[in-house]
Amino acid sequence: MQMPRFEERKTVMACEILKGIRIADFSWVWAGPYCGTLLSMLGAEVIKIESKGRIDQTRQGTLMDGDNFHGYDYSPTFNNANLGKQSVTINVKTPEGVQLAKELVSKCDVVLANMRPGKMKKLGLSYEDLRQVKEDIIMIESTGFGSTGPYSHFAGYAPIFASFGGLANLTGYTDGEPNVMSGVQDLRVSVAAAFIIITALINRKKTGKGTYIDVSSSECLSDLVGPQLMAYTMNGFSPVRRGNADAIMAPHGVYPCREKDSWISIAVGSDEEWEAFKKVIGDPEWTENPEYRDMWGRWYNRKAISQEVEKWTKDYSSYELMHRFQEAGIAAMPSMSAEDILTDPHTKARNLFIHMEHPAMGDFVTMSPAWHFSKTPAEITKASPLLGEDTETVMRDLLGKSDEEIRTLEESRAIY
Amino acid sequence: MAFGPLTGMKVVEYCDFISGPYCTKMLADLGAEVIKIERPEGDSARRRGPYLHDEPNPETSGLFLYTNTNKKGITLNLESPRARDIFKALVKEADVLVEDTLPGELKEMGLDYEELKELNPGLIMVSITPFGQNGPYSGYKAYYLNTYHASGAGYVLPAASPNADREPIKGGGYVGEYDIGVHTSVAVAGAYYHKLNTGEGQYIDISKQEAMMALERMNIVRYYMIGKSPSRVGVNRVRDTLVQCKDDGYVICVLYPQKQWDGIVRALGNPEWAMKAPFVEQKERDAHFEELKVKLREEAQKYNTMDLFFRIQKEGSACAPICSAEQVYNSPQTKARHFFKAISHPVAGSLEYPGLPYRFSAEEMKGKDDHGAPTLGQHNEEIYCNRLGYTKQEVVKLREAGII
Repeated sequence: MQMPRFEERKTVMACEILKGIRIADFSWVWAGPYCGTLLSMLGAEVIKIESKGRIDQTRQGTLMDGDNFHGYDYSPTFNNANLGKQSVTINVKTPEGVQLAKELVSKCDVVLANMRPGKMKKLGLSYEDLRQVKEDIIMIESTGFGSTGPYSHFAGYAPIFASFGGLANLTGYTDGEPNVMSGVQDLRVSVAAAFIIITALINRKKTGKGTYIDVSSSECLSDLVGPQLMAYTMNGFSPVRRGNADAIMAPHGVYPCREKDSWISIAVGSDEEWEAFKKVIGDPEWTENPEYRDMWGRWYNRKAISQEVEKWTKDYSSYELMHRFQEAGIAAMPSMSAEDILTDPHTKARNLFIHMEHPAMGDFVTMSPAWHFSKTPAEITKASPLLGEDTETVMRDLLGKSDEEIRTLEESRAIY
Repeated sequence: MAFGPLTGMKVVEYCDFISGPYCTKMLADLGAEVIKIERPEGDSARRRGPYLHDEPNPETSGLFLYTNTNKKGITLNLESPRARDIFKALVKEADVLVEDTLPGELKEMGLDYEELKELNPGLIMVSITPFGQNGPYSGYKAYYLNTYHASGAGYVLPAASPNADREPIKGGGYVGEYDIGVHTSVAVAGAYYHKLNTGEGQYIDISKQEAMMALERMNIVRYYMIGKSPSRVGVNRVRDTLVQCKDDGYVICVLYPQKQWDGIVRALGNPEWAMKAPFVEQKERDAHFEELKVKLREEAQKYNTMDLFFRIQKEGSACAPICSAEQVYNSPQTKARHFFKAISHPVAGSLEYPGLPYRFSAEEMKGKDDHGAPTLGQHNEEIYCNRLGYTKQEVVKLREAGII
């Protein structure tokens, strides 16, 4: 198969926004690491502290792909969750390692962690411990259920937050099971965490004070379905799954197209759009039903309408329908597959996907940052680091260790 | 106005429905002053439920109330040239303008970034549009359904479908619209931090499609790993599974890595089938996933939902009940963390709203003095008289003239 190719990436300057901000990233899996990546796109220097005793899970395998990698430096998932970072391997199970981690934190502005509550404390790296070495440190810990409350010690992965937070129950066919979606839930938490870290930096600038931030991933997800939760607090009603249906629009659905597993989403939001829609599909007789004159009537008869629309769309390609409907002022977009997205003229025109080099895996394609700043462009400066790639450099250049001190640390297995 | 770490940040919002309004709500909940400009007919979220007591009233839509807490609200009709001058006067004093008109619309009214930065060089202007400011689809129309599916997020849902016979679906509620708000808030907070450091303002182009695509970034580039598009079937199967319990509730279990699986087996009392082939090794379990699901579903039928949840978590493995709105609200965890908070509103009264997902040690970070969303034009007098110097009589005239 011919894989889509994109422009080679030129060397880029780091974003100006978080220039000078250094982050000690103790996080693993997806939710914590991707937050570090987002901050790195905004110009922060992110140093990932890794343990060889407890290798980041995505270096080993993933929920979706299993253990299909050649080694710890060959995981595309790890790469995408850790773009732009440095990696130091410190053994925080040794007293020297803990001391070293603290030394590193003392040179940082922000600490990221997402182990179960209490883990950092057990290692001697709690917020209180770290404040001793850096008074105004900002430390964020994201966990499945939050670091307080009766479930605080419970384990949580992405599907867990989505379920407990109320989103999974709302996602799915009306006649089907709830759906937890995929790793996207972790990334949702990462974005919410990135926002609050920058807010804490703003606060530090104004007050000189750092803070501890406890993030509940489940609450992050709950906030994205706020109105559905309020249906309960207002009226005692819990909304249910509705597939692609809308509260009042019809047609409003995803209809099959000519090619295998290709689909078009169509939403008709007004009488004017309905008239235009009728014209595009050739004014067939069924559209003349007087019941379909207004939104209420169309919504009420949405099933019958859907069946008719389906019969018509299946003879066309999704892109052809998109063009025809959009030209008539109707909201219609294909349900895009990865291949659609990677070959689409619009994503090309927006330079969304770029080629980069990974030191072990070589050429790879990744998505560039989706904020377009006019003065301070967000950039991915490099691929993810190899395991421990920057240990020596960080020891020497950031912590000022001599060659001899580095050797001693290696001998005591504080770094490895 | 709430008080918090963003107190002092001045935001003008000219947005509709969810994405833009949710972005500025996030700022307002942490203390920013947000002046929400509504068209005279009001934000379209006011015309969507859920409504308090199911009585349709533009002031009691839960969708609008939730998405607009802690803002000030004014009405302005930008069709009128005088209204555009008022708009400029408001933007002149602002740090941030967030707007969501279609590309070109503000330029036609002389209110694009080029014009506005002349008045206010430090302005951060954010435009949120379905497909961004340039590119072949920049003029295309998209409702939530269309943006969701154009981002690649729909094509892989429902995850773990048995086949591709049925249509891909959107995320529940308006989750994608809220995602766009959160995505944008990172850019706004970043640009504001930069402004505090350098005094420099700038323009930010946000495409809704891209904001949602960014959350799918891992899935999209998996194309290169697996040589085809991940779909809702087969290759995209996630190593978790849903089981239904005796009381009809669902529990989601994570079956990877080995440690997770071991915990589940212990929680189920080490059933015999789980101790032998083909369920001992991860690779074998993957190959016999369908059988495994059947076995797990049988086991789950022996327990009630919460019982199974606690049993599995007790063994250190991740799982959770699928919670309805009622279950989210009533969970002891939600209560212990005081996640919902009561906020009063002049028409809707005191209601409980989902709060921030963060807890802080620093007092300065905590948002305080929350108030409800503005009623339509609630702060016209305050803003037009106290801020812009119109008299009360002039405000009446402005209204009669259809300007506000």
